[in-house]
Amino acid sequence: MTAHTLNSLGIAKAPKDTRVVVAMSGGVDSSVTAALMAEQGYDVVGITLQLYDHGAALAKKGACCAGLDIHDARNVADALGFPHYVLDYESRFRQEVIDDFADSYLRGETPIPCVRCNQTVKFRDLLATARELQADVLCTGHYVRRIEGENGAELHRAIDPQKDQSYFLFATTREQLDFLRFPLGGMEKEETREHARRFGLAIADKPDSQDICFVPNGRYAELVEKLRPGAAEPGEIVHLDGTVLGRHKGIIHYTIGQRKGLGIGGRRDEDGNPDTDALYVVRLDPAASKVVVGPREALGREIVYVDQLNWLGDALPGEAGIPIEVKLRSATRPATARIYSDSEGRGRILLDTPQHGIARGQAAVFYTPGESTRVLGGGWITGTEESAAAA
Amino acid sequence: MSDRVYADYNATAPLRDEARSAMIGAMDAVGNPSSVHGAGREARALIEMARRQVAGLIGAAPQSVVFTSGGTEASALALKGCGRSRIITSAIEHEAVLAAVPEAVRLPVDAQGVLDLDALQAALSGGGADCLVSVQWANNETGVLQPIDRIAEIAHEHGALFHSDAVQAAGKIPVDMKAAGVDLLSLSAHKMGGPAGVGALVVREGLDLKAVQSGGGQEKGRRSGTENKIGIIGFGAAAEASLAALEDWSRVSALRDRFDAAVRKAGNGARIFSSGAARLPNTSCVSISGARGETQVIAMDLAGIAVSSGSACSSGKVRPSHVLDAMDPGSPDAETAIRVSIGWETTEEDIDRLVAAWCDLYNRSSADQQ
Repeated sequence: MTAHTLNSLGIAKAPKDTRVVVAMSGGVDSSVTAALMAEQGYDVVGITLQLYDHGAALAKKGACCAGLDIHDARNVADALGFPHYVLDYESRFRQEVIDDFADSYLRGETPIPCVRCNQTVKFRDLLATARELQADVLCTGHYVRRIEGENGAELHRAIDPQKDQSYFLFATTREQLDFLRFPLGGMEKEETREHARRFGLAIADKPDSQDICFVPNGRYAELVEKLRPGAAEPGEIVHLDGTVLGRHKGIIHYTIGQRKGLGIGGRRDEDGNPDTDALYVVRLDPAASKVVVGPREALGREIVYVDQLNWLGDALPGEAGIPIEVKLRSATRPATARIYSDSEGRGRILLDTPQHGIARGQAAVFYTPGESTRVLGGGWITGTEESAAAA
Repeated sequence: MSDRVYADYNATAPLRDEARSAMIGAMDAVGNPSSVHGAGREARALIEMARRQVAGLIGAAPQSVVFTSGGTEASALALKGCGRSRIITSAIEHEAVLAAVPEAVRLPVDAQGVLDLDALQAALSGGGADCLVSVQWANNETGVLQPIDRIAEIAHEHGALFHSDAVQAAGKIPVDMKAAGVDLLSLSAHKMGGPAGVGALVVREGLDLKAVQSGGGQEKGRRSGTENKIGIIGFGAAAEASLAALEDWSRVSALRDRFDAAVRKAGNGARIFSSGAARLPNTSCVSISGARGETQVIAMDLAGIAVSSGSACSSGKVRPSHVLDAMDPGSPDAETAIRVSIGWETTEEDIDRLVAAWCDLYNRSSADQQ
């Protein structure tokens, strides 16, 4: 047997003998991923997941995984001459992602279904199918980098900070990371679009997906009410000082840190001037069906608790803890902190300065502090405390 | 030898040479069969010849044949045009029937997929004068054959009409509509080596059929719309060739049995559906415990072998089989089966490759599960 040098995917085989399953959503990014792999001569197999009934959701441009996108993905595969298949993942997507999404809202949390989807249907189930199909790697069009380090594969932020999707991939395990490749992680978005035009992909100018794919109209609460009829109980909107300010139609309509759309406005000051103390949702109490509001200062938190910790750094932080940067929402900048972990997969994050609007159900994702791009893992936010002193 | 093995005849069969040359010959002839002039009369004559050829395949009178756009339309016409308000069908019918009459009573089948005749008796016990019984001749997924004579007898004893979807049976096994006592029979050209887009509903003489679509009154007013002349001519040629080649299916059956033998030898993680009943000579529906059918189909395709699983919808998504579920309710095997269906162009070498690829899949799958 002839010894091969490592190919561009780090496999010691000729590209034509290396089977690459590409997860194709039908969007620009995954289509370019597949095209690049085909161009490099890999044995490419495109797979698109049918995740939910598109007849039920709206056919709308800009949301991922829409029914039309299956045809886009198939057209790309046909044009580039590699096989493409559709797998029916509707029932498991419903179980693993949509049900969890609804239940999470009912618990007063703010879920991130995209992470659940990556964690379950994509990197567990699709990855298993790729192995069954004797693939050497599974490629996706995510903007994140996998770098071979001294102790195995490491997860790193994408080159393009605008496109970085590492927040959504924190739950990727080391074993999954071994099998995954992200060819776009080292590219700027515009570079991807240039490749798409170069390949003559008709979808080159398709808008990026923004929404949660199964809620194309963005009305999450409507979907939760449809999935869990009667579960959204109305209740009171209460100020931290105990004043009842109004009523709400169910806590599922609110999210921690939300200011707009409370329907109560700010209160008037002593002279009758409106809106002098802007109010934010500071707490959701599912048991009492209460929405608690207060001033922005009341949102500040220094301690964040997480569970289901997925640690991708070298050694666990343990009781001594290690310094990190942490992202507590997908759209915020990372904050400096220190993380401590126990042996049960739980973590405690001590923030250097208080952060605002931290919601249960969101993820805390850890990065190496400073210039490094390495992702150290993350966990699901289960609770917060105002100050270290209180802890 | 082609580098790919085609084992999906029940989805669509390769075009027969006879059908191809008949259609090529017909392509240059202008003429609407309804026209008075010579060109029209020539077209009409070709269609009438096709009508005789199709009627000949299934033991019917030529005037019984109503050409349609395919099997789906034929069954819809039978179910909606028969004038009977109550439809009794089986749980394992093709979607062309089940979706056309969602309100129909669906009779159970046994573990082999054979219709429960006692249940049929019971469903008709209150009288069948307002009933149509619709049961397929052969199943598309497992190939299981139904006791058509008995079903016709029971239906008629109660005054019911009997429709049979014979799309998979016709051309593969002898189908004699008159002898079996079938009132309405659905056919499709592309399952027997004709072109897709043409089929027929065969209506027993003397039976009144109400048209579903109105228009120019073609097909004796039973199916309006200018005849698909080229398709119909291809259908006729395929039907005639199929009738002449019926004996060839014993060779195909031996090939299928070779595949089945290899499956049985592989181990107890595999199961062949309907193998204890009479089946079409070309079909084998096989599950591998714990291996999803759709993944098996992909793996076989990547190995150059075309098979199928469940019934694929237009997006290519595969749904779990309602047929297998009806035979063994709740069994996980319904999601782990593939259908192998071969035919007249299948060779010994094809079967060698099919067996090798399937065994490879089986061994990999059982290794994964250990």
